Formats: sequence, C-alpha cells, structure tokens
Amino acid sequence: MESARTRPSRALAAGEATSAGTVTAARETRGPRNRRTGGKLLDAGLNLYAGLALLYLLVPIAVILVFSFNKPLGRFNFIWQRFSFDAWKDPFGVPGIGDALRVSIEVAGLSTLIATALGTLTALALVRYEFRGRAAVNFFIFIPLATPEVVLGAALLSMFLNFSVATGFTTIVIAHIMFNLSFVIVTVRSRLIGFDRSLEEAAQDLGATPWQTFRLITLPLIMPGVISAALLAFALSIDDYVITSFNNGSTITFPVFIWGAARVAIPPQIYVIASMIFLFTLAMMLLTVWQQRRAERMAAVRPDEPEPSQG
Amino acid sequence: MRAGLKKAGLPYLLLFPGLGWLLLFFALPLGFMLFESLKAGTPDSGFLFDWSVSNYSDAVSQFDEQFMRSFEFAGLATLISFVIGYPLAYVIAFRGGRWRNALLLAVIVPFFVTYLIRTLSWETILSDDGAVVSTLQTVGILGEEGRLLDTTASVVLGITYNFLPFMILPLYASLERIDPRLLEAGYDLYGRRRDVFMRVTLPLSMPGVVAGTLLTFIPAAGDFINAELLGTPRQSMIGNVIQSRYLEVGDYPTAAALSFILMGTMLAVVLVWARVAGTEALLGTEGEERRA
Repeated sequence: MESARTRPSRALAAGEATSAGTVTAARETRGPRNRRTGGKLLDAGLNLYAGLALLYLLVPIAVILVFSFNKPLGRFNFIWQRFSFDAWKDPFGVPGIGDALRVSIEVAGLSTLIATALGTLTALALVRYEFRGRAAVNFFIFIPLATPEVVLGAALLSMFLNFSVATGFTTIVIAHIMFNLSFVIVTVRSRLIGFDRSLEEAAQDLGATPWQTFRLITLPLIMPGVISAALLAFALSIDDYVITSFNNGSTITFPVFIWGAARVAIPPQIYVIASMIFLFTLAMMLLTVWQQRRAERMAAVRPDEPEPSQG
Repeated sequence: MRAGLKKAGLPYLLLFPGLGWLLLFFALPLGFMLFESLKAGTPDSGFLFDWSVSNYSDAVSQFDEQFMRSFEFAGLATLISFVIGYPLAYVIAFRGGRWRNALLLAVIVPFFVTYLIRTLSWETILSDDGAVVSTLQTVGILGEEGRLLDTTASVVLGITYNFLPFMILPLYASLERIDPRLLEAGYDLYGRRRDVFMRVTLPLSMPGVVAGTLLTFIPAAGDFINAELLGTPRQSMIGNVIQSRYLEVGDYPTAAALSFILMGTMLAVVLVWARVAGTEALLGTEGEERRA
C-alpha cells in the first residue's frame, strides 16, 4: 500500500485520511456503479462477461478433479466412462510416479530454502543501502525475468557441456535456485520498500547489537514478504518443466515424468496427484489468509482505536 | 543511512551470495552459450570454435517460419488475454466488494495445478471424441471430420489459458490503486461513463497494461509446451526448435544462436515498452529512488 501514498491523487486527498482502509471503504460505499448514466444493461453485461472469463479459468481445473474419478478404457484419460475410486485408492500405482513426486518435492524444498536466504540478503542490500552500482544491480536482476525459460535452460546446459558436468539432481537444484532468485529478490524488495527504519534505530539506541536488531526487529517485520517469496519459489520450482528438461540428465522430476508419460499414456493417477497438489495448495493458501486476517484483527484491537470493519 | 555509511562494505557483503549465484549460473552460462553459438561442425564430428557468425543468419533463414509463428501466437495470446482479462480485473477491482479476495483466489487457482497437467486438461477437453467436439459436430459448426486438437486455435487457446493470470494480476493491481474519488470527480464534472473510463480509468491503469502484456508475451513467445501437447509440427514454435536442437539433434551452435536471437528480440520488446512506460514502473523500484 506504499503506492497509495505516492499516486497523483495526493493533492485531492489532502486533509483527508489516506490509509488504505479508508480508500477501500470509500470505494465500497460510493463506487462508480450506476452513477447518473444508469447503465444497468451494461453492468449486467460486464458481470456476465467477467463470469465467463472466470469460467474459462476454472473449467480445466474442474475437468482434472472430475476426470480423476474416471475409469478410462484405453491408455488415455480423455473420454468419460464411469465413476470410480480406483485411481484415488492407488494414487502411486503407476510405476515411477511416486519417486518422481518425491524428487520434485526435494528439489523444490532445497532450492526454495537457498534461493529465499540468498534473495532476502540481496533485497536487503538493495533497499536499505545506497551504494555504487545499485541501479545496475537492479537492472541485472530484472534480466532473468525478461528471458524466456528455454534460453535460461539452454545457456546453463551450454556451460555444463563445456565443463563436461554430468547433469542430474545437483544441476536441477542449481538451475532452480538461479531462476527463483530474481523472483525472491523482487518479492522481498517490494515488501521492504515500506519498511520503517526508525524501529531499528530505536533498538540500536536501546543498546541492541546489529545482529540482535536484525534477529529481533528486522527479520520479524519482513517475515511476511520472505514467506510469500518462499511460497512463490516453491510453487515455481515444483511446476518447472522447461528449465529442468535441459539439466535433469536421467533424474526424473514430476513434470518430467508427466512429459514422458503424455505421449504414451495418461493414466487417471496423474489427475489424482494433480488434484491432491491442488487441494493441498488451496488449503495452505486459505490457512495463510485466515492467519493473516486474524493477526490483522488482533493488531487492530487497541484501546485507542475502534476495530475496523472487515471488508 | 548512517549505519550504511559507517560500514560501506556491508551492502556488498549482503549482495555477494545472491548476485554471485546469478553471475555464475546466469551470466557466465550466457557467455558459454555465446561461445557455443560461434562454433562450426556437425553433430557427428563435433563442434569447434571458429568465429562462425554465419550460424546466426543460417538459423534465421532456416527457422524464420517458426520465429514468425512464435511472435504471431504470442501476440494473439497476449491480445486475447487482454480482451478477456481487462473486464475481469475491472469487475474484481471495482465491483468485487467483499468477494474481492475470493475472486482473486479464483484467478490464481490454475497455478495450483502443474503447468503440464493444466495443458493435458485442455487435451482432454478438446479431444476428438470428447463432449465439446461432438457437440460442435452435432450443431454443425464443425464438420464430421472436424477437430479442435492439433490446430492453431488449440495452441493459441492453450497459451492464452496458461498465461492469462499473468495478465489479470498486474491489471488488477493498477486498477485497484486508482482512487475512487478521481472517478467521482469525473462524474461530478458531468463525464459520461465512457468519458470517465477513457480519460481517467484507462490512462491510470496503463502501468498494469504494460506489465501484463510483457508478463504474457515473453513466456508465450518462448513456450513450447502448448505447441507440443496441443499442436502438431505444423504449429511448432521457436521454443520447440531450440529444445529439439539441444536435446534431440545435438546441434548446439544452431540452438545457441536461436536462443540469443530470441533473447535479444525479447529484450528489445522490453526496452521499447520501457520507453513507453518509463523504466521505474517496469523494474518495480519506484519507491526506492524516493527514499534514497
């Protein structure tokens, strides 16, 4: 919400409270809907259109959930035959699928851990300190984000080939840390920009060492940004096929397994595991949102302020 | 900034691990790929460095069709994503009310399913004996032998689907931060809906439009998964060529040259857009400069 303060409307808002909550409340009570023009038809049309767009986004996900209960006749899970729990009872019944999933989780866990640690330090340096070459570093970090994945994978393979490095688990992890770093840096950086430095200065005035200040003040304050960066990194890593395909050697991750399977057979187990990952991610997401809400509500309950209504 | 001046080395120390990793595993590999792209030889006899700049022109003339197709498909997918995404982002930002977070969650739900499986799901939906094709055949839109899979339409539809959230999220972010009082002012000054939209809402959402189009176009142009799973070699894109040259044919110099041409084109697109939008908005570093 840092941006709320810097947008051009500042002059207009002068004298009024500009907190994000106020703006949101204002929008909800007197939004631009139906003012003067009374375009009810246009409104209905727009809502319908948005509904159809959402449907386009959600239908393939629904298809995966539904077809995970299918009992296909052939090798491809394309045509609905009949409802069955068979695939759900034996989700790892396809040879190799369980191992592939395990490898993917290991790669994602390891690369997330390292990328988040390195990326957070880089973001701290970029936002907190003024130093020569900062603009150049900002630009350099942006380039991997603007590079197609296929190029990232191909370049890394060129280097491994030149050094005759055998590709496998380690090279996959190296590649995943590489493509996750920029995402982590950008995510943590955007969180750090609104950071209140006076809190750290207060801690140091009260005699805290730099390390104590970092551990007790800085880290807890930037934690939400670090956690969202880690979640993003994990999701990107476990999803990646393109870059992995250049650097996996004979190691099979879950996406590599699916790619290999897709030409020969698509058993319903693939949809079962996709559904499991989907439901797990959804649950995690809802849990995070719920916890954040609760933390906000607790922070908001102070004697001098009335509790803001939850939107 | 006092602490920062006292310990001038600290920022570099903090930068070192992350930046070092990117230099070692992003920048240096690009150097090796450049080296690779200038080699001459054949996959059987091996390749030797030979300042073989002609690899670049050969690669372009040999695969110009796939290049053009990549930009055509990516451009189409970006355009369709915008047409689908803008109204949806608008409705969520201005009409979402208490459902706003739930609607945003629905937008990113596709990301909870592995990319490849999302694409396989379209293969299921569009398959020749599936419900969609048989319905369209019954209605007469598709002929008896008509199919949806393995066509240009299915590939573009898949690309659009896979990158649509990248379009919607930045659009939403820029629409959401528009101060509703500006719109009020527009109506108070007797602006009609269309005037307020064209003169206030749309211009203020331009940063989102620029970010969204880039985030959709760049991965779309390099994509090979949709063309592989939902298309045939007749729909193959430059990503397919790079992948097969590297991993199947072993023709590294051509693949490396193609990669550089693709990367260069993308950076050019980004820089042109940066001119239009201003680099700050693009790099997302607006707040920093002001703080410094």
